Amino acid sequence: MSATSVRPRAQAEASPAAPPAKGKVYSPYSNWFYLPSAVIYGVLFVVPTFASLYFSLTRWSLFESKFIGLENFRLFFQEPQLVKGFTNTLIFAVITSGSKVVLGLLLAVLLTSQIIGRGYLRSVVFFPVLVSTIGVGLTFTVLMNPERGLINGALEVIGINGPGWLTDPKWALLSVALVDVWKGVGLATLIYIAGIVSIPREYMEAARVDGAGSWETFRRIVLPLSRPATVTVIILSLIGGLRSFDLIWAMTRGGPGFTSDVIASVIYKQYQAGFYGLSTAGNVVLFVVVTAVVLPLFWYLNRKEVDM
Amino acid sequence: MTFRRRTSGLALAAACSLALTACSAGSLGSSDDAGGSSSVTITYLAGNQEQDVKEAQQLIRDFMAKTPGVTVKLESRPGGTEGDNIVKTRLSTGDMTDVFSYNTGSLFQAIAPQKNLVPISDQPYIGDIDENFKKTVTAGDQVYGVPAGGFMGGAVLYNIPVYTKLGLKVPKTWAEFMANNAKIKAAGVAPVIQTYGETWTSQLFVLGDFHNVAAVESDFADRYTKNQAKYATSPAAKKGFEHTQQVHDAGYQNSDFASAKLPDGLRMLAQGKGAHYPILTGVVNDMIDTYPNGARDVGLFALPGDDASTNGLTVWTPNGVYVPNTTTGDKLEAAKKFLAFIASPDGCKSLATAGVPTGPYAVKGCELPADVPQAIKDMQPYLDKPGGSSLALEFLSPVKGPSLEQITVEVGSGIRKAQDGAARYDEDVKKQAQQLGLAGW
Repeated sequence: MSATSVRPRAQAEASPAAPPAKGKVYSPYSNWFYLPSAVIYGVLFVVPTFASLYFSLTRWSLFESKFIGLENFRLFFQEPQLVKGFTNTLIFAVITSGSKVVLGLLLAVLLTSQIIGRGYLRSVVFFPVLVSTIGVGLTFTVLMNPERGLINGALEVIGINGPGWLTDPKWALLSVALVDVWKGVGLATLIYIAGIVSIPREYMEAARVDGAGSWETFRRIVLPLSRPATVTVIILSLIGGLRSFDLIWAMTRGGPGFTSDVIASVIYKQYQAGFYGLSTAGNVVLFVVVTAVVLPLFWYLNRKEVDM
Repeated sequence: MTFRRRTSGLALAAACSLALTACSAGSLGSSDDAGGSSSVTITYLAGNQEQDVKEAQQLIRDFMAKTPGVTVKLESRPGGTEGDNIVKTRLSTGDMTDVFSYNTGSLFQAIAPQKNLVPISDQPYIGDIDENFKKTVTAGDQVYGVPAGGFMGGAVLYNIPVYTKLGLKVPKTWAEFMANNAKIKAAGVAPVIQTYGETWTSQLFVLGDFHNVAAVESDFADRYTKNQAKYATSPAAKKGFEHTQQVHDAGYQNSDFASAKLPDGLRMLAQGKGAHYPILTGVVNDMIDTYPNGARDVGLFALPGDDASTNGLTVWTPNGVYVPNTTTGDKLEAAKKFLAFIASPDGCKSLATAGVPTGPYAVKGCELPADVPQAIKDMQPYLDKPGGSSLALEFLSPVKGPSLEQITVEVGSGIRKAQDGAARYDEDVKKQAQQLGLAGW
C-alpha cells in the first residue's frame, strides 16, 4: 500500500509541535485529503439536492423540462389525494410512534425483570426488526385476507366476524399501522432496555428502603430516568412514520382507492405516472414537512432533558 | 492518532478504487460492440409476464432460425407503471436495448417518439400493417412500431353453462344485462366478478364502454383531447362510472371482490361460480392454461350500452415493437430485419405457437388458428360488422389519467359516488395533458 510509505512524512508535517499557520484552524489532514469525500458528497448529495430544487419548478418528462415556476407546488397542494395523504401520514406517524413508546416501555420493563428465558424473549421481540419490510407486508397481506386469512379464520372460531382488515376503508390504515408497530416495537424495546439498565441500582434500592412499591418505583424512577430513551424512540419512530412507504405500498398500495395513501405513496404514484417535476416538488414538500415537525420536537424534548 | 490516520488512508484508497471501478465498468459495457462483422447480437426488451416471455422467446427462436448471422438476446422488464418508468429512464439516458416492446396509443406518445425512436414508414412491409394499429404508433407523420401479438377485446367474459342452465340470452343493453344478473343471483351464482386485489381489473366498465360512448358522441375522443369533453359532464361517458356503481349497489359482485385477484376471478369464471367478468381478452390464455375447460365454457360479449342496435366491441391494440435511435450500424440493420419478421405472417405463426392468441392479428395475411377458444371466436362477429367495434379511448387520444384504477375501485366499493368519481378522473387527466403539453389545457 502506497499510503504506508507516505505516512511518516505526513506525520512530521502535521506534528502537533509545529506552530499552526497564522489564521488557520489546526487540522491533522492536508486539504487534498478531503477531496475524494468532497467529490462523492458533492456529486451524490449536493448536486442532486439543488437539481431537485430546480426540477421541482419544471414540467419534466425525463426527455425535456420546461420551467413553470411554482405551478407544481400549486398543483401538488390542489391534489385531492394530498389532503387525505397528509392526514393519513400524521395519523399513521402519531399512532405508530405512540404505540411504540407505550408498548416498548412496557416490554422493556418486563424484559429487564427477573423472568425465565429473558435473553430468548428479548431476541424474540427484536426479531421482526430484522425481517425485510416487504416480506412482513406480504405475509400480513395473506394473514389479513378477509376470506381466507388466518386472522379472520381464528376470529371466526371464537365467534367474531373479523373485518376486511386491508379492504375496508375504515380499517386499512389502522391495520398497516398495527403491523408497523409489531415490526418496529423491538427497536423501541431495545432502546428502553438500554435506558432502564443504565439507571443506577442504588436509586431502586433507596426507593425500596423508603417503602416504595413497584408502581411507585416505575412512576418516580424508571419513567423519568428513561427520558433520553423516550426522546430517541419518539424521534426515530416519528421520522419513520412520517416518511413511511414500503410497508404501506406492500400491503395496500394506498388502497382501497386512496383511503390509505400517505404523502410518500402519493409522491411515488406521481413518479410512476411520469409526472417527474410534480413528484420532485412533492419530495421537496415532504422534506420541509419532516423538518418542520421533527426539528422543533427535537429541540423541545432535548431542552426538557437538560432542565431536569 | 496513528490508528485513525491509517483507517482514513484506507478509506482514501477505497474511495479511489471505487471511482476507478466505476469508470472501467462503463468502458467495459461499450467495448463489446466491437465484435466480428459476420455476426451481430441485438437485445430485445419485452415484458416479464409469463405469456410475454413465452411469445418473445418463440419469436426470437424462429427469427434466428430464419436469419443466420443475427443473434437476439432477450431481456425482460416489469409491466405497468413500473415498466413505464424503466422504458422512459432507459430511453432518456441512451441506455435502451436495440429493440423493445411497449404500449401503443397514449403511453407511446409519452415516450417522445419523434425524439427517441427510429421511424419505419419506409419499410416494405408497412402496407401490410393494419390501419387501426398504425394510427396508434404514429407520431407526426411517421410510423414507429410493428404489432407484437393480436388485438384484444375489452368485454364481458361469461360462463356459458350458467347461461344455458338458466336459459339466458346474451344481453345487448344494460337493462338486459342487469335483468340477467338478477336471475343469476337468484340461482346462487355471483353475477359479476370483480377483483380489486389487482386494481387494473376494475376499469373495464369504464374503458370497455367506449364503443357505446363513441356511438352516441362520435367526436368524443377529439373533443376530449382538446379539453372540451369531460367524463363528468358527458352523459354517455359518465355511464361507465354509473355502471360500476350500480353493480356494487345491487350487490351483484362476488363477496370477496375487495381482495380477490385476477387468478381468483378466472377460477370463478371457469368453474361457473361467477357468471360475468368484465376484463381484457389478454387473460384468456392464462385461464385456459389453468382451466382447460374455459376454452369451451367461456364466451364473450361486448359491454352492453343503452342502445342494442349500436352495441359493439371496444378493442385494444397489441403492443408495438420499436427501435430506439441509439441503435446504429449493423445492429440497426439486424433490428430492422427483426421488425420485418414480426410484421410478417411467419411472425404471427410464431406467436400462435407460443400460446392462445388474444384476438385477430394486426398484420395482413395472418390467420387465426382454427382451434381458438370460444371467447376469442366471439370477437370475430363484432370485428366483421361495419361499425361493430371501436378502438379504446387511450388509442384515439393521448390523454389518459394514471389514477383511473383507484377511482373505479372506490366507485365499485361504494367509497365514492359515480358522479364524484368521474369528476375526479377529469382532474386526474388534466395533469397528464399538461405534462404532454397539449393545447387547450
